[in-house]
Order: sequence, then C-alpha cells, then structure tokens
Amino acid sequence: MKRIGVFVCWCGTNIGGVVDVPQVAKAASSFPGVVLATDYKYMCSEPGQELIVQAIREHRLTRVVVAACTPRLHENTFRKTLERAGLNPYLLEIANIREQCAWAHQKQPGRATEKAISLVRRAVAKASRLEPLFASTIPVTRKALVIGGGIAGMQAALDIADAGHQVILVEREPTIGGKMAMLDKTFPTLDCSACICTPKMVAVAQHPSITLYTYAEVEKVEGYVGNFEVTIRQKARSVDHTKCTGCGTCWEKCPTRVPSEFEQGLGTRKAIYVSFPQAVPNKPVIDRRHCRYFAAGKCRVCEKVCPTGAIDYQQGDQLIKEKVGAIVMATGYDLFEWEKVYGEYGYGRYPNVITSLQFERLINASGPTGGKILRPSDGKEPQSVVFVKCVGSRDPAKGKEYCSRICCMYTAKHAHQVLEKLPGARVYVFYMDVRTAGKAYEEFYLRTLQDGAHYIRGRVSKIYPEGDRLIVRGVDTLLGRQVEVGADLVVLATAVVPSRGAAELARLVGISCDQNDFYTEAHPKLRPVEANTAGIFLAGACQGPKDIPDTVAQASAAAAKVCALFSREEMAAEPTVAQVNQFLCYGCLECQKVCPYRAIEPVTVSENAAGKKIERTVASVNSGLCQGCGACTVACKPGAINLKGFSNEQVLAEVDALCL
Amino acid sequence: MRLAYYPGCSLETSAREYNHSVQLVGRLMGVEFHEIPDWSCCGASAGHTTSRLLALALAARNLALAEEMGLDVVAPCAACYQRLALARHELAANPSLWERVNGITGRPFNGTIRVKSIVEMLLSAGTEKIKSLVVRPLRGLKVAAYYGCLLVRPRAIQIDDAENPQVMEKILRAAGAEVVDWTHKTECCGASLAVSNEEVAIPIISRILKAALAAGANCIACACPLCHFNLDIRQAKAKRFLANYRPLPVLYLTQLLGLAMGQGERELGLEAHFVETRSILKMVG
Amino acid sequence: MATLKLDVENPRELLEYVQRESGQPVEKCYQCGKCTAGCTVAFAFDLMPHQIMHMIRLGLREEILRAQSIWLCTTCVICTARCPQNIDVAAVMETLRILARRQKALPTGKARPVALFNRLFLDSIRKHGRLFELATMVLFNLKSGHLFREAETGWFMWRKGKLKLTPTRPRGTEEIERIFARLQEVEGEEDRR
Repeated sequence: MKRIGVFVCWCGTNIGGVVDVPQVAKAASSFPGVVLATDYKYMCSEPGQELIVQAIREHRLTRVVVAACTPRLHENTFRKTLERAGLNPYLLEIANIREQCAWAHQKQPGRATEKAISLVRRAVAKASRLEPLFASTIPVTRKALVIGGGIAGMQAALDIADAGHQVILVEREPTIGGKMAMLDKTFPTLDCSACICTPKMVAVAQHPSITLYTYAEVEKVEGYVGNFEVTIRQKARSVDHTKCTGCGTCWEKCPTRVPSEFEQGLGTRKAIYVSFPQAVPNKPVIDRRHCRYFAAGKCRVCEKVCPTGAIDYQQGDQLIKEKVGAIVMATGYDLFEWEKVYGEYGYGRYPNVITSLQFERLINASGPTGGKILRPSDGKEPQSVVFVKCVGSRDPAKGKEYCSRICCMYTAKHAHQVLEKLPGARVYVFYMDVRTAGKAYEEFYLRTLQDGAHYIRGRVSKIYPEGDRLIVRGVDTLLGRQVEVGADLVVLATAVVPSRGAAELARLVGISCDQNDFYTEAHPKLRPVEANTAGIFLAGACQGPKDIPDTVAQASAAAAKVCALFSREEMAAEPTVAQVNQFLCYGCLECQKVCPYRAIEPVTVSENAAGKKIERTVASVNSGLCQGCGACTVACKPGAINLKGFSNEQVLAEVDALCL
Repeated sequence: MRLAYYPGCSLETSAREYNHSVQLVGRLMGVEFHEIPDWSCCGASAGHTTSRLLALALAARNLALAEEMGLDVVAPCAACYQRLALARHELAANPSLWERVNGITGRPFNGTIRVKSIVEMLLSAGTEKIKSLVVRPLRGLKVAAYYGCLLVRPRAIQIDDAENPQVMEKILRAAGAEVVDWTHKTECCGASLAVSNEEVAIPIISRILKAALAAGANCIACACPLCHFNLDIRQAKAKRFLANYRPLPVLYLTQLLGLAMGQGERELGLEAHFVETRSILKMVG
Repeated sequence: MATLKLDVENPRELLEYVQRESGQPVEKCYQCGKCTAGCTVAFAFDLMPHQIMHMIRLGLREEILRAQSIWLCTTCVICTARCPQNIDVAAVMETLRILARRQKALPTGKARPVALFNRLFLDSIRKHGRLFELATMVLFNLKSGHLFREAETGWFMWRKGKLKLTPTRPRGTEEIERIFARLQEVEGEEDRR
C-alpha cells in the first residue's frame, strides 16, 4: 500500500486569502492512501521544505502531493526536496490550486475551496499510481551555433568563445554588425554606435574559436539538445575570398548602381559591393540580381580589373554540415512596412517622410550626407522637423498591438540631435505616451525637452505636401484642439517587427513564435532566454523589441546558459518521455505525423511468430528529441504509447477522481 | 448590361445634368437602364442621423423594389449609393435586424441583388471599352478626381482605397485626360453644412479647392450632387479664402466621359454649372 | 470653465447604452486623438471627438448631449477609417445624436439649423416620398429666420432649370407614410421602456 503525504500551501494570502486551506488538508486526510495531510504558510520556503523532508522520514511516506502554485514554478524545487529525503523525485504530484483555482475564483471563495479539494483528490489518485523514473544521460557536443550576426549574435558568440568553446556564427547579409552598425549614436549616453559595434565585429572575425559564415543561411536543423546537426548554405559570393584582398577596385569600376540596403535606400551601392567601409569581412560579393553580367551576359568589368583574379562567376552555393550542441537564435528585427498601409501618411510617396532608421543614416557621419541632416527631396537643411511615434506600434488596425519599446528613447535622441546640429530648427514630437523606463532614460528625455523639443500629445491623422513642405495634421489632446504644423522633414518611428523570415526559420529550427512571430521564451521569468525546445536559446530582438543594453544583457545570459550546458560532457535527459510498447504497436506511424519535435522514427523489429521469424515496422521514440508533450499518446490507435509520468493509467485515474 | 436605375432626389432636380450625362454615357456603353418605378428617397443623412431603423427601412424599400425587377441597381449619386449599399451590408450582417426592417417596410428584401456605384458600372466593361468609345480625347485637361467620403468610406462599401483611390483616375485616363496627384481627394466637402451652417462649410470647401489648385488642376471631377453643389456653387464664397484663386470648373465624371465620347455640351448640361465650363470645352476642342 | 463633477449617478449606464446601440467598443479607446486630428469639422466643434469618447466612459451624459459637435459631425467617417483601435467613431457620434433627439435635448447654436434641416428633410420625404428641394429650402429659410438667404443661389438654380415648382409624387407615398408611422410606434415603445 502506498503511503501518501499531502502538503497544502497558503502561498501567503495568494491561496489562503481565497481557499480555506486547513479545510482542504482536512478533506485530503480522508482520501485513500493518505497517511498525512497538513498545511503551511509558504511550502516552498526553507522551513516548508524541511517540513516535507521530516514528514517523509517520520511517516515513511512513499508518495508526495504538494497543493500549491503551478508546477512550472516549483515542481523542480519539490522534486529536489524529495531527493533530499531519499525518495525518487518523480514520486511527486503537484495540485495547482493557485493559478487554476484561487486566482481564477477570487470572488467565490466557497466554491474555490470545493474545487481545491477536487484538485487535490485528483493529485492523490495520480500519486498512488506514480512509479519512480530515472534520468538517462546524453552526450553533449560542446560547440554552439549562433544564428544572426548583429549585436546580440556577436555578443553571444564572443561570450561563448571566451569561455573556451567553439562557435559557428551564421549571418545572411554579406557583413556582420546588423542594425547597430547603421546607427549613429546610442541612448542615453550618446556614445558613438560604431565605436562599440565595429571593434566587436573585428573581435568576432579574429577570435580563434569563432567560425564566421557571412552571406550564409541555416538550411536544415536535425537532432536534439547536445546533438544537433545543422546544414548551412553558403550563398555564392561570386568572389573567391581566399584570393580577394578587398582592394576595392572592382566596386569602384562596377557600372551598376542600386539603392543601398545599408543606407536604407538613401544612398546607392554597386552590384559588386561591401555594405559599408568597415564591413566584416571587408571583401565584396556580387548581387546577382542586379549584376549586368548575370542579368544580360555582358560586362565582366570586375573580372577585368581584379588584380588577384578573385572574381568567380561560376561559383555556386555550398552546403556545409556542422555538429553543434546548442543553438542561439539572434535574428534581430526589421521595421514595419508602413508604406503598405499608412495611406494617410502618403504610402511612402513623399520623399521627405522617412523612417527613424533612415534618419540614423542621415545623421551618421559615414552616411550618404556625411552626417548633415538634409532632406531627401532637394538636399536642403530642414528648418522644421516633425517626429511621429507609434507608427505601426500600438495600432491594432494598421499594425501591431504591442509597444515597440525603443522608439520613445531614440526619438528623444533624434530630437536632441536635430536641435544640436541645426540651431534654430523647430522640432515637434507627436506622441501618445512617453515611455522611458530604463537607467538614466527619463533624465535623457527631460533634457531633450529642455533643449526645446515640442512634445505634442496626440496622433497624426494626415501628412500631405503643400508646396515644398509637408503639412502634418494632428491633435494636441492636452489642449483639446486639432493642430497643424508645416514640416520640411517628417520622421516616422515605425514599429519593430521580427526580422524577415523569422517565422520560417522558427519552423526549420523547431521552436515556436507568438502571434507576432517573435520567438517564444520557455517562461517569461523562470526561463527567459530559453526557447521551449531544449538546447535552443534566445538573444535580442528576435524574442521581442529590445534596446541595445537589454539585447546585450540577454545575449550574455543566453551565452551563460549555453556554457552551463557545455560544462559537462554528458547531460541528464528528462525521463518524462514517450515510450512505445512495441508488442502493441502495429506500425501505422500516426504518431510520427503529429510529433512536433520529429522524435519518432520507424524501426524494424524481428520476432518469432508461430515458429517463424518475421520482421515488422514499429514506432520508436528518440528520447533525446522527445519533449514529453504527449501528442503521440493521443494519436496512437492501439494505445501502445505511454508518456512516462503521464501514463494512460495515471491520467484515467485522475479523470475518475475528478468526475466520479 | 441591364441595370435597375435609382436616380435619387437630386438627380431629378438640382443635379439633372448628372442624370442626363449618366444616361447618355451609360447607353453608349451598352447599359440598359430600367428606372425603378415608385422609387423613394434613400433617406440621406437626415435619415440615419435620426434613426438607424428609419435609415435602413427607407433604403430597404428601394432595394426591395429593385429586387422585384430582378436587376442589380446602380445609384449614380454617391450618397444614394452609400445608403443603399450600406443598408444591404448591415442587413446581411444582422438577420434579426433584417427581419425587423422587412416588417417595417412591408416589402421584404431578400438580398439577392447588388448595389453598384457609377464607377463600378463604368469600369465593368473594362477601360478598353471606354477607350474604344472615345472620339474626342480630353487632351489638355488636368483633372483632380474628387471622391469625397461616400464612395470610399466606410470600408464595407468602399469602391477603392480610402486614402489614395485610383479608379476614377483610371476612367479619366482612358478618356484621354491627364489626372493630377493631389492630397484632398477623399476629404469631406462639408456635406449639408453648406446649407445649414454655411460659415462652417466654406473653410472646408476652400481647403479642397486650394489643394486642387496647388496640384495644377484645371477642373475637378466628382460623382456626387452634394459635393458638386458645395464645390461649384459655393466656390464663389470659398474663393475669398484662396490666395491664388482661379475658377475651377467642377464636372460630373460622366459629363467628362460624355465629352470624350463626342456628346454635345447641351445634352450633357454643361451650361448648368455655376463656374463656367467653357474653358474646358475650349481645351478639348 | 466650470468644474466637472465626476461622481455622476450610474457612471457606466451611458457607456453601456452607447456600446450596445452603436455596436462599438468605446472602452477600447486609448485617447490617441487621431479622430480629432483628422476630423473635417473639428475646428468648429465645442467638444472634440476624442473628448466625447472620454466623456462617454465617464458617464457625463448632460455635457455630451448639450454638445453642438454631435450635430455638426458630417459622418464623413474619416475618424472611423483611421482609428487605430478599429472603433467606428462616426457610428458613436450618430448614436449620441439619436439619443439626443430621443431624449428631446434641445440643440443650441450651430446645432439648431442642422437639426431643423434634418427635420424638414424628413418631413418632405414623409409627405412626398422624395425630397421636394424648393419647399424644403423655403421652409428652412422661414424657420431659421433668414428669409432671403440663398436668394441668389435659388435664382441661379431656377434659371438653370434646377428647381422644380411641384414635387414629383411617386405612387407609393402611402407606403412611405406607413414606414414612418410604424417606426414611430416601435421607437415610442422602446422609449417608454
């Protein structure tokens, strides 16, 4: 007979303020197999855990039920408690009477208590059928893949490499550096972005433990935590980088000019190009879509002028396979395409309505105007600059519901920069709220106000040209009046969205996205830098809009997690995985179709039937890949699959306890 | 193409030239109009401003009459178009309301016919059809196509994008005219404020005229009698707000098309405008 | 300006009424002001659209129904088209206008001629089935106390054959009268409730 102990937690007033905790414990004491039921103010605290340890020893408990908060929060805590008392940690069952009871039914305490009792009855029923589980170990390849070479990816790569591990950094653009390389200054200190970013780029390129693939994309990811195998597509650069010296003759002589992505369309580049002078690697690629030779079969100017014979029109894409133990996603962000939806701001038809990233290029000393703020239409210095915040952010109708988090600060920075560079210019900032939560951020905003920026509280309804100026029609809700202001330049703070292709990459890697395609963290507070697939970590804006300090912090955190994983040659694998009873399985493989982690594969077994040896196909679970979601158990028609810790028998016992 | 024809109150009187030009151009394009017998007022803004049920009932009666004819209905007046199309949309979206409204009109509408705007009717045969009928291309005309509100808002009944629609431009280009890209094509003309509160309406009207003048237009094309009244007849009063005023004839879209298709100025009612249209005729030749 | 008393009775009643009648989630308004920013007539308003949206939430019924703005709104629907929260602000304004009429709130100032014009317009439809423009204009001038307003316009339109001396009377005017009568019954019943 199982000897079950039930421990009901008050969680201060979180549970105790709604649910009658002593009554729950009292009711539990009569459930079958329960030899002890008691309650305590904070079960997760040191004395609370000690209470459990002592009870296990004194009452010779063989199963433990803790009725407290969600298992996501403290299941691990209490498993360790059991282990300390000499019990197998998987002989624990949690009844969630906080999130799923006390919090949800605050207004009906009586019924909440009833429900809590039911939930405990369920837990007891399951506990009596729990069996000890034992973690197995899997080997760990101590080499990391970082996807994305912006500030997040560079920081994560450097931190992991500095800890002595090998890192592969994959960047799809021809250079690393990402968005930060485009920026002029960074808030709130106004230090130069390039002075932080470019040394890091060089450090990445020169680090002996980092292998850099630029102009490359991850094409396939197989395997599981500790044992991934990735396929990387090195796109054809059409330039042999082992021969190229980066002398620049080719892009000087190339006859084809196209709008530069790096300059956000405000400047041009050649068809053979490096993105910007400090690019890493500082060697060119040919943009085949625009190259005359690739488009029309004629030209070959670059080939003629190259002193080292590095141009290679025949170069093809290359596929590279690498084994890694962990993956850091650092794919960053893009800007919301406002031109497609904001008709009231001109659908992108007015050259003097630009985005904040374009403004960064305008004011950047290495940008297309050499750092002079000149409006794109005629190169004149603007006398009046209007900033519009929340374009696409906080706009469910046209854009995204969320706040992009960085715009308030960079707009304050831009306003300050205009006032500094163009004495006498007027600056207006249309805003809904000013959000400056961050160290020294509010102070920075107040300084911009003192510089003389006019902050107008309200949205802009229409921007249209009149003569060679723009009329911005908005509202000042503090005055309760419609307002209009003439502008020479309008800068839109467009929403931060996941980098193009982020959702497809998530599918390829096997992690999940939220409704906006930002990568989902395993838990916002408990596991903020881990994806919900083991061995995959998140850094920077791919997880949600973030400024540079937060991005760098998260990247270092992700790196620390990777290093923790790499601290041993083997790692313990969760034992709560699916298991196929191969006698019952008849090989329909419905389970394989529903498995989101590609953890099920067919295997051939041979057996003796009526004296004859026959072979048949059955399903087999790769316990390294299995995350214990249980989808296969539901799909399995003969009921051949059990999820350990959630066996069919256990789950049915729970249902009986709740419903009968 | 056979269509039920819903002229609406204005087209019988103050916008009779719109009526004539629609009929002329429509017939040239092979449209057979069948005027709805005993049609009644769509309710206009006075209706929906007073009671939602009343607005729906007044519109639904006409929809039911057209349905009895078994024909889709075209309403050249933008206001009538919007009222009829919106009523159809709102009824379809709310079955219990639909039932109530049918009860009030006593003439059940079953939702089997569609409401077409004048623009949709003109474009239904494609711009090639229009081009093939043009005998006097509108060369020299720089037209500001004015949509106002009712053709593009609300979203449920819009004939094109609400901020930068292009369908009228498409038609005008097919007629050989040049169209100007301008900023106020879907701003409101002030509607009936031009009657009830003239001093409020005049600045609204002048804003639109100013934008059309700044874009270098030499005439405005519209498809709504109230817009026409405000931009044409009220131009005399609006011009005092305009620094670089020059007379800006305001023509119905179908009048311009009719001209391009060789119809006479008298048939098209070009003399019925407050702002002289002779300059337009001279340009077209 | 007088101090507004916020502790009104049943503060949610108006909000709930407006949300129900207009079908619009007024509660989602986060006061960005874009409705006011783009409003055609805001320059002549006494209360801005975003202020009205806010006042609905506060339950300030008297202040709202007194506003001339709700009558001056031309239902151009620009506010609706550009509202980031997908609220049909124009429909909310309309609901308030209808509420004002049903509660017999007396329109003042610039709102008076709007209400008068609407009433005469509907009277004309009720009587003739279609709008009789000439008579409606003459009556409007009489009742608003500006007999010779628009004399010039009228003369021009007359010369151009744009005014008719007699109404066109479609058959079926009884049907129209019936619609108006039934509606009065229905709404009278609702009002009593």
